[in-house]
Amino acid sequence: MNIPEKLFYTVEHEWVDFHQDEVTIGITDYAQSQLGDVIFVEFPKVGDIFSAGDPFGEIEAVKTVSDLYAPVSGTVIAVNEIIENEPESVNSDPYGKGWLIKVQCSSPEEKPDLLSSAAYEELVS
Amino acid sequence: MAAVKQTALYKRHLEINGNMVPFAGFLLPSYYTSINQEHAAVRKKAGLFDVGHMGEFIVSGNDSSAFMQKMTVNDVLSLSTGQAQYSAMCYENGGLVDDLLIYKRDESYLLVVNAANLEKDLQWLDDHVEGQVSINNISDATNLIALQGPKARKILQPLIDSDLTDLPIYHFMDGQVSDSRAMIARTGYTGELGYEIYAHPQYIVKIWDAIMKSGSEYGIKPAGLGSRDTLRMEMKYALYGNDIDETTNPIEAGLGWIVKLGKGHFLGKDALREAKDNLSRRLICLEMTERAIPRTGCRILMDDEVVGHITSGTMSPSLQKGIGIGYVNIPFSKTGTAVKVDIRGKQKSAEIVKAPFYEHGSLLE
Repeated sequence: MNIPEKLFYTVEHEWVDFHQDEVTIGITDYAQSQLGDVIFVEFPKVGDIFSAGDPFGEIEAVKTVSDLYAPVSGTVIAVNEIIENEPESVNSDPYGKGWLIKVQCSSPEEKPDLLSSAAYEELVS
Repeated sequence: MAAVKQTALYKRHLEINGNMVPFAGFLLPSYYTSINQEHAAVRKKAGLFDVGHMGEFIVSGNDSSAFMQKMTVNDVLSLSTGQAQYSAMCYENGGLVDDLLIYKRDESYLLVVNAANLEKDLQWLDDHVEGQVSINNISDATNLIALQGPKARKILQPLIDSDLTDLPIYHFMDGQVSDSRAMIARTGYTGELGYEIYAHPQYIVKIWDAIMKSGSEYGIKPAGLGSRDTLRMEMKYALYGNDIDETTNPIEAGLGWIVKLGKGHFLGKDALREAKDNLSRRLICLEMTERAIPRTGCRILMDDEVVGHITSGTMSPSLQKGIGIGYVNIPFSKTGTAVKVDIRGKQKSAEIVKAPFYEHGSLLE
């Protein structure tokens, strides 16, 4: 199971990559393996505002559908349009090409609430 | 609660990265690499499934034919030795106890039932025994693997002595697969040409390996429960627990063709005759006309009025569309009817279509 050390994680199996106030969000390798083939992602709109914990979209796989929850509070500044045509990139490269959204983080102090890679590894093992 | 069981192939599944999930009391692979890839392999080449969770009973004794005739809705007396039949057991009210396959042997019947219903079925059969009938649950001594796909015959032929072209659909034979004793049946749950191979658990790993080896040049893939489900849904093959159960009868489920009302008494007969004349709903197929996937339990609507519900739904890997199976009230159940499906609070457009969704299967090749 691939769990990159430099990222932060949630119990909802999302990963968060901080670049100062701008964060990139996706689902973990564990999450994609549990979902199976991803078919499409229902994204929020750029400009939508979420609080940490709010559902911001859905990810649909062949066998199941799952809500996506905002790991941090902020404003959506980008969605990964590649996924529209290549949803399989969420399975094949969940930490890279398969990222989901970018958010301008309104409260970077929420970072300590997220899980470290070690804590996340414990959660899924 | 009973411990989760493993089939004899459990170690193999782990070795080839099976994503193991609990299903009907067994740990089985939902997929190995991907549901879509395994689905495509079965449609275009071949896939090999471990279905060792299925339950097997032997019904024997002088009165076994009369007993089977009473317990099941189809006509077992029409079977010759070596033939298989799809059938069902019903309660007196017409609701389904289970659907099953019956294989007619010389002196007995082999019944193959859903794993989740095994104990219930056994009890139901035991409760109705009359005359000289014995029922043996041989599930623990029997494993089942299913080789399915247009290349299935080419893959299996080198491993057995008899000519597989002599085995018509819904027939079976006893033989050797790769020098191991097995029963080879031309049955399946995918809509493709295929064989189900019954063997003792001690032989099954050897047979599995031999088939995988023989199939490598044809592009065989091990296939999990996920693709088994998407494949059967594209054919509108009913799944007990989803599309049929004790609250549904075989007539409304579109299984009227297995109910032989002319054969003499059987359990549920009166209710099924009544159901045939007073059908209020029907199991239909629908295709989403916008991008959405119906899921079990979603309501089917017509002008904001609930007219049915989805019992199975998925993204169809072959059609690349959301598809669903569900019950719809008769006035709204005609092919071509435009309906809505309530998918997590949003009404999405769909159209009722005729079965099956996938029409190019190699089943009869």
